[in-house]
Amino acid sequence: MKKVVTGNHAVSFASKIARAQVVAAYPITPQTQVVERISKFVADGEMDAIFIKVESEHSALAAAIGASAAGARAFTATSSQGLALMHEMMHWCSYARCPVVIANINRALGPPWSIWTEQNDSLAQRDTGWIQYYCESNQDVLDSIIQAFKVSERVLVPSMVVLDSFFLSHTSEPVDFPDQDKVDEFLPPYKGEWVIDPDNPHTFGGLTGPDKYYELHYMLQQAHKDAEQVMDEVHKEYEKLFGRKYGRIEPFMADDAEVLLVVSGTPASTAKQAVIDARDEGFALGSVKIRVFRPFPRELVKEVCRGKKAVAVVDRNYSFGNQGIFFTEVRDAIYDLEPRVPVYSYITGLGGRDITAEDLVNIGKAAEKKECDNPTWWGVKL
Amino acid sequence: MSKEIEIRGVKDMPPMAVSLGLMTVNKTGSWRNMRPVLIAEKCTACSICWKFCPDMCINIEGDLPVFDYDYCKGCGVCAHECPTGAIVMEEEMR
Amino acid sequence: MKTTIPVEELVTSGHLACQGCGAALAMRYTLKALGPRTALTIPACCWSVIDGPFPYSSVKVPLFHTAFETAASMASGIKAGLTMVGKGDTTMVAWAGDGGTADIGIQALSGAAERNEDIIYVCYDNEAYMNTGIQRSSSTPIGAWTTTTPPPHHKKKPKKNVAEIMVAHHIPYVATGNVAYPEDWIKKVKKAKEIKGTRYMQILASCPPGWKIPADISVEVAKLAVETRIWILYEVENGEYKITRKVAKFVPVEEYLTKQGRFSHLTEEEIIEIQQNVDKEWDRMCRLAGIENKFADRL
Repeated sequence: MKKVVTGNHAVSFASKIARAQVVAAYPITPQTQVVERISKFVADGEMDAIFIKVESEHSALAAAIGASAAGARAFTATSSQGLALMHEMMHWCSYARCPVVIANINRALGPPWSIWTEQNDSLAQRDTGWIQYYCESNQDVLDSIIQAFKVSERVLVPSMVVLDSFFLSHTSEPVDFPDQDKVDEFLPPYKGEWVIDPDNPHTFGGLTGPDKYYELHYMLQQAHKDAEQVMDEVHKEYEKLFGRKYGRIEPFMADDAEVLLVVSGTPASTAKQAVIDARDEGFALGSVKIRVFRPFPRELVKEVCRGKKAVAVVDRNYSFGNQGIFFTEVRDAIYDLEPRVPVYSYITGLGGRDITAEDLVNIGKAAEKKECDNPTWWGVKL
Repeated sequence: MSKEIEIRGVKDMPPMAVSLGLMTVNKTGSWRNMRPVLIAEKCTACSICWKFCPDMCINIEGDLPVFDYDYCKGCGVCAHECPTGAIVMEEEMR
Repeated sequence: MKTTIPVEELVTSGHLACQGCGAALAMRYTLKALGPRTALTIPACCWSVIDGPFPYSSVKVPLFHTAFETAASMASGIKAGLTMVGKGDTTMVAWAGDGGTADIGIQALSGAAERNEDIIYVCYDNEAYMNTGIQRSSSTPIGAWTTTTPPPHHKKKPKKNVAEIMVAHHIPYVATGNVAYPEDWIKKVKKAKEIKGTRYMQILASCPPGWKIPADISVEVAKLAVETRIWILYEVENGEYKITRKVAKFVPVEEYLTKQGRFSHLTEEEIIEIQQNVDKEWDRMCRLAGIENKFADRL
């Protein structure tokens, strides 16, 4: 059934459809409508969940971890400053192997105050051991949250589903709501194996020396490796049940492209228009959306870039002191390609600055002409 | 007494640091310099020593306390709290 | 044998507490009162280490170690999760030291209390950050030496009264305890177990290394805290105060202070001031509890 919903409400509905049992959340622009709607679902008896109205985001994630450790399906949502505040507990969640799902609305961090979209908030969490999905539409948001629970509960790694501030969070789009019975078939109730249970008591997280801690980290990484395969299976199953195709990367007219744009978030949607416009002009541009950033789809990225004249990575983020973040990860993934594929870094859209289809076509053209300072700060006003 | 858990590597480990056994494998008796000794004639079976032992290593057998020297850390609280002086701390000879 | 407290042990020997540790006694008594259908969450504090390293534990109930400031928020989440999976009858206990309660953990505690989360929050108060080597907390009493309050910069600020802060949150039950009075504590914990909503309990736990006392007088010193009235045993049920140990005999606070190395630098004037504070606070509590102050002449 199709409804017109904002990205935020797509998040709210997804948590309801996925039957999240404990939601602990704290309001922050531009996430507030997420928690407001979930509050209403719970108050109206439409959602069988406990909603803990915590007093900060740090407490929100702590409470979600607690609920998950007790064997319940736990969810929260936040953005920028709130996500930054959760940072300590991000590690606690993944290292405790709790399959919590978070929706994060990409918002630029302060100071100065900004409410517009940028990826630094979620990317600052990239080393915390969480799975990360970057969504290009509200449909993507709804579906990714449902899929995330399944993947997380299989591999015991928490997931973050990311959407752009205002471009998705506050923009209404038509979204196809999957049938609840089918979702229940796809996503059965969570049954944790190692949980807080007075009938089977254990201590979780006791002091661990160097002789064993290393192996625990090894296992978390193995879970990320397993997640790649699990996601591919989950995507196939989702397509079969709901008719929508998803990938860890999503190429668009990439096979015969000479220049490939690498994009994520809503610019991936804009990039499709850019590719169409470019082709009309006779420029063989293609794009590939990186939908799953963690675990980074190294093999897939390597294969899609093989034989390209140039790859232009568009980063709506920056790792100060080095490079754009998707750029460094893409370049690392394609390092071994022979012949070598040149990859160029274009920084744009920071602080929510608009990225147009024209921008993306021009970036593609610049890459073709090898015009890049690695990085080029596209459109910066000097 | 709990058994020793042998963890050689990943194959023996749960996915996160989860306890698999009890700390009774850890014989804290090796910590002490002094050991409690009972003077049975003075004991009135009040169980105060048992009550205040932070290491749960006093068992009351019949009416008399029996010290579990595997775990006793020799803190001396039992001797100090005994109302009749029925417990004395002696130097641990090992 | 005749015992005044339950016999079953839910804490095992072999744990890593120091000799004479009051915190070990506090956990022992609390779990005796609550029984096995209990879950614990413990933030950074002595008990993070006392319980033992992976893969062992010294408590026979589930224990989830958590980050320093999250005892109350983690407990809120665990309780909600247990409720949703049908194990909501489990008594949820947040077990934290004074640092994790009065300082870094106070936001989460206040938040949980305001929401009246169905948890028992126990602060075992050894009056400093003992696990990290005896640094001051806001629960360190006036005059005490710690590594971060070395004389002449020994603590000049009064001990933060978290129990009173919790009363101001209008939660159904607040109580104080002391490891030298296990019967009083166990009675209070059993009462708390039957109450729904946030229950805050604070137990004074003597600490030989931190208080600079020989291990064998650990319980005696804790007892002196109550006898000198520097630590008052009371409970507040739905706003009604009750002093559970009505001290009748005057014992000067000096007797408590002089037994501890952490107060050895105090001058006569400072001890007199501490005694005056004790007498004032006792008077205030007697008035709140509606009982006669037998030491009113000392004011």
